[in-house]
Amino acid sequence: MIIASLAFYLFSFIAVISALNVIFQRNPVHSVLWLILTFFNAAGLFVLLGAEFLAMLLIVVYVGAVAVLFLFVVMMLDINVTMIREGFMKYLPVGAFIGVVLLVELALVYGGWAMSPQAEALRLAPTPDITQIDNTKALGQIMYTQYVYVFQAAGLVLLVAMIGSIVLTLRRRPGVRKQNISVQVSRRKEETVEVVKVPTGKGIA
Amino acid sequence: MLHVGLGHYLTVSAILFTLGIFGIFLNRKNLIVILMSIELMLLAVNINLVAFSSFMHDLAGQIFTMLVLTVAAAEAAIGLAIVVVFYRNRRSIEVDDINQMKG
Repeated sequence: MIIASLAFYLFSFIAVISALNVIFQRNPVHSVLWLILTFFNAAGLFVLLGAEFLAMLLIVVYVGAVAVLFLFVVMMLDINVTMIREGFMKYLPVGAFIGVVLLVELALVYGGWAMSPQAEALRLAPTPDITQIDNTKALGQIMYTQYVYVFQAAGLVLLVAMIGSIVLTLRRRPGVRKQNISVQVSRRKEETVEVVKVPTGKGIA
Repeated sequence: MLHVGLGHYLTVSAILFTLGIFGIFLNRKNLIVILMSIELMLLAVNINLVAFSSFMHDLAGQIFTMLVLTVAAAEAAIGLAIVVVFYRNRRSIEVDDINQMKG
């Protein structure tokens, strides 16, 4: 019990510190690396909460795909690091004000919140006994039956995202010599070779 | 202090969410850091959903966390594609430059 509590404080402390660093880093590459650390610690929190499958999913999807995508784009674009801090002080007061207001609102909501007595009966998918069925199997059992439409919609979202990003970034650059095999193969002799009868002593005009 | 309850997890997620909002307001020069702040906010939402799912013994929250994860991945892909197209046209990703539609 005490180890779990200490692990919670460790994970959440590192997560908050690295989230702060994501915002305040000068170099966007460093920001991405701190973001990866945040995701790792959030995955640790998920393990503490008993959601092992989501913790692994967080590492695979976020660290393996999203963060690497961010790294690619950050390194592909040539960003001027020195001028990135301009206007930082200008927006600090309004940002801090809104942040504090939001935090106070969230604290008020969480302070005055209580669970309804009927909440237990209103559960959509009660968790099965952890000693009988582990988290991954339990999730799979309801994801492909009760929530199959949600699952399909998630797949559709990913398909639309894939098509959208390809459409956005694909471009045909003029002046690039590319091999067109069908044109090469379908070339006829008549189109390329011309036999000219040269008169003696005159040459071709 | 040493007993970790639902409130502890909600506090962490509230702090992360606020940091995400703070990051959006602070970084007016770099579009990519704004996208990262949005990822932070979605992560905070995920922690909230999983915490409630765990403490109320309801697996539906974890299913919805998976949906949020999918949407976050799609959003990052589309957002970064837009950033790349914008950089090709303007040679910068400053937020203050994105007012071309103002007319």
